[in-house]
Amino acid sequence: MNPLLVALAPQIVLVLTALAVLGLGVSIPRARNAITSAALLGPILSVVALHLFPVHGLFLGGMISLTPLAGIFQLVILGLAVVAMVFAADSFPKTHFAESLALVLFATVGMLLLCATDNLLMIFLALELTSIPLYVLAAFDKASRASAEAGLKYFLVGSVAAAFLLYGISLIFGVTGSTNLHAIASFAGPSDPLLLVGIVLAFGGFAFKVAAVPFHLWAPDVYEGAPTAAAAFIASGSKVAAVFILAKFLFGALGPWAGSMTAAGWAPVLALAAAASMLLGNITALVQSNVKRLLAYSAIAHGGYLLLGLASGEPASLPAVLFYVIIYAITTAGAFGVVLVVEHERGGSRLEDFDGLAKSSPGLALCLLVFLISLAGIPPLAGFFGKFYLFATALENPHLLWLVALAIVLNAISLYYYLIVLKHALVLPSHEDRKAGLHGTRALVAALALLVLALGLFPNFFLTPLTQSFHPAVADEAPVPNQTHP
Amino acid sequence: MRNAERKEDLAGREGRIFPVSGLRLPVFPSNFSMILNATFLSAFAGALLVLVLPERWTRWIALAATLAGLGFAASAFPAFDNSPSAPHFQFVTELPWIPTLGISFHTGADGISLVLLLLTGLIAVTGVLFSWNVVLRPRAFFAFYLVIIGGVYGVFQSFDLFLLFVFYEIVIIPKYFLIAAWGSTNREYGAMKLTMYSAAGSALVLLVLLATYAASGAHSFDLFTLADPSKAAFAPGFQAWAFPVMFVGFAVLAGLWPLHTWAPTGHVAAPTAVSMLLAGVVMKLGSYGALRVAMTLFPLGLAQWRIPIAVLATAGIVLGALVALAQKDLKFTVGYSSIAHMGFVLLGLMTLNLSGLGGAVLQMFSHGIIGGLLFAVVGRMIYDRTHTRDITELGRLSLAKTLPFAAVTFTIASVASMGLPGFSGFIAEFTILKGAWTAFPSLLIPAGLGVVVTVAFTLIALQRTFYPAGEVPASPPPQPPITLPEKLGALLLMASTLVIGVFPSVLLDPILRSFESPLMHGLIQGGPR
Repeated sequence: MNPLLVALAPQIVLVLTALAVLGLGVSIPRARNAITSAALLGPILSVVALHLFPVHGLFLGGMISLTPLAGIFQLVILGLAVVAMVFAADSFPKTHFAESLALVLFATVGMLLLCATDNLLMIFLALELTSIPLYVLAAFDKASRASAEAGLKYFLVGSVAAAFLLYGISLIFGVTGSTNLHAIASFAGPSDPLLLVGIVLAFGGFAFKVAAVPFHLWAPDVYEGAPTAAAAFIASGSKVAAVFILAKFLFGALGPWAGSMTAAGWAPVLALAAAASMLLGNITALVQSNVKRLLAYSAIAHGGYLLLGLASGEPASLPAVLFYVIIYAITTAGAFGVVLVVEHERGGSRLEDFDGLAKSSPGLALCLLVFLISLAGIPPLAGFFGKFYLFATALENPHLLWLVALAIVLNAISLYYYLIVLKHALVLPSHEDRKAGLHGTRALVAALALLVLALGLFPNFFLTPLTQSFHPAVADEAPVPNQTHP
Repeated sequence: MRNAERKEDLAGREGRIFPVSGLRLPVFPSNFSMILNATFLSAFAGALLVLVLPERWTRWIALAATLAGLGFAASAFPAFDNSPSAPHFQFVTELPWIPTLGISFHTGADGISLVLLLLTGLIAVTGVLFSWNVVLRPRAFFAFYLVIIGGVYGVFQSFDLFLLFVFYEIVIIPKYFLIAAWGSTNREYGAMKLTMYSAAGSALVLLVLLATYAASGAHSFDLFTLADPSKAAFAPGFQAWAFPVMFVGFAVLAGLWPLHTWAPTGHVAAPTAVSMLLAGVVMKLGSYGALRVAMTLFPLGLAQWRIPIAVLATAGIVLGALVALAQKDLKFTVGYSSIAHMGFVLLGLMTLNLSGLGGAVLQMFSHGIIGGLLFAVVGRMIYDRTHTRDITELGRLSLAKTLPFAAVTFTIASVASMGLPGFSGFIAEFTILKGAWTAFPSLLIPAGLGVVVTVAFTLIALQRTFYPAGEVPASPPPQPPITLPEKLGALLLMASTLVIGVFPSVLLDPILRSFESPLMHGLIQGGPR
């Protein structure tokens, strides 16, 4: 068999499933369960394909690059796709139901490709393949004006960001003469300011996906307006893929141009974006009255923490950033699952809609406690170890003490707004009755909460395979970023 | 007979903890000791059981879990080898946990840990007894309560700083919910204020912890490694900022003036068992962390900052006592008295001599018991029955007649709190002042003044509440009688303060010996290092 076909088997399986789901949607549009089962088969078969053909190596001159690390990320993204589809199956409208699941599958293909390439052009293509289905998903609730606004806003900001990225890529290509990350890494020409401009512009394109300041403006409206299942996927899967490729882009290809607090490079740009994201996200979240919007500002703040890890330029930070983004994605997907159930029960996601949750659904309230406390970085949950690891490795660069100090202080402040949500859910009473239902989502949320607790108590289970997968992957290819400190 | 053989077999093969032959159980390495870990494991297991078992069993599960914890903590005392040649740290467990960052599961105990573990056990049991009447969502109440207990047990036995910090932070969140959902006066505000102060303190500790890890280059969070100058040396410039930041981070929880304001509002808002926990053990987490981590790791920073901190501690003694003098709410009086008593702990720590340091640890124990008892009387015995804590209003109720047991308990607790000989508070504060006499002679005058004011406000509160002068109504409203759990809890605490008052060496000897260990020895001025 053609080795390329084998290497791309996970993506091919997903595309075929998506087409089959579309076909089912036309032929048996009422058979919701059948369509859902067929769609869920896609990621499952894709995982099987990943497992059966553990191909590693470069194809088409680096257009496709499969490493153990990429495999781990593909697995995580497939898992998040399953989560998003279970949420969607429980909440999406009857009309065009199959299309919504097919869109999730197509976006997943884009994310998988994003994790498996060493070429800037392929990165751009994969990013667009991820974004366009997500634009549609954000606007999928046709009865809601907020959803239409979310879709349009996401699309407009996303197109501008794509233009940034493309322009940045063209400048990088102009200076180094290649779009291949390995070739760019070994580029030995004179230091050209134009290259830095290109890097910063390309960073803008990725920052949009990470929801980092100043490319964050879409996040609050999209998180609030988009159907919750779509928002969950935007907040989790798309963020994981974007952080992975940003880390690969910066550490794998552009290590020599990291710079520091005193020398020009991308590290100070990232440090500034990190500081601005953490400040804006955490401070604005304090005054939110809608939980989805609050989660959006929390996402901006977490984008800041992730950029902080990248800004350190330390090779040791790389596994910490990747570990943290996965933890964050699992946690935030779970939090959106709880929001989904509350919306179903009460018709909204305002703070007041969470009143009395502990009485009507104690298990769900406990899960919400786990997710939000993990986001706030309180042990023994995974979010705590993730942040601890991230900050500990970032401090290997002593110039970054100020940024880590800022992050730790803002993280303490963030506890306030998470506690406000939890106060509504666990402390305040409510006299309204709640509807039962959404069993799939409830079960999945409980499983995610257990995962967050387990990864917090025993992070090694996941940390060991993650760090071991680094040998042939981005870390070793990365020339150690120039460290100006002693 | 067979059992005895099995025991032999077990002792012969180190590492097997379950004497079940034929079953392949995980074999632990020889450096695994269960007795200390059983304290927090029983608390966490209790929290889990409370959630899954029927509601009518809740209180009994909580009582069993806390009694088991107290049993393990107390049984560590006779098992601890106090002979001069014995190791300073015993019951050590060391298991790899997260080797990527040099983190291990490392627990153990010296005399200081033992004393505070015992305190935690005593307060945990009495807290359950004084919460016997909780009817609102008892499962959630006791689950949160037991999580706090488990976290506190964990802090007092951790010798890996990551592990210590994990336990330290576990305590924060349950406090919020216990106060916000089951509290009284201004509870949501009090809960949030207390939680944010704790979180801010933890943030400072975390920052220095991470900076210490990076600066040491030892790739370890183990306290013994980091405190060993041959493995990890910290530059004077680093210690000059790291020590005060970390010390203040911990001391926020110990009620260091002027960062103490969370304590009175929090104590007043909290339900009885939580005020007892806050005053009894949670404030001790702060002083313990300051001693065990900040002072041990950064001796140079300590030398630089000890005088300013001693001044703040003395200010806490004097101002806490003066503010307590002016309170009308009985719980506020007790809350501010906690600030004054914790000021003694911090002053004792800063003396850096054996008398002051040992006295400080004994005062942690003593105030834990006495403060817990005072809050129990005010919150459970009085407020739950009279629904007022206003001292003047309480005076009109002739409580000495209607609630004689409460009156006697409060009198004994007050007398102990004033530092009368025969009670634990006397020994503790006397040894601290003796240490301060050599270290800071000039601070002795204000500290002595603090003692006088403490006697004054305690006597005034006692007299106005229970034995008011002037007209007493002929037929005071009857009060529901004191229940058996309340009596048992009160007796347990009163007996503890009396026993330690009469036989202080039971605790003081192991405490003083702890300061001879290589880890703590550097604290005593004039020692090597």
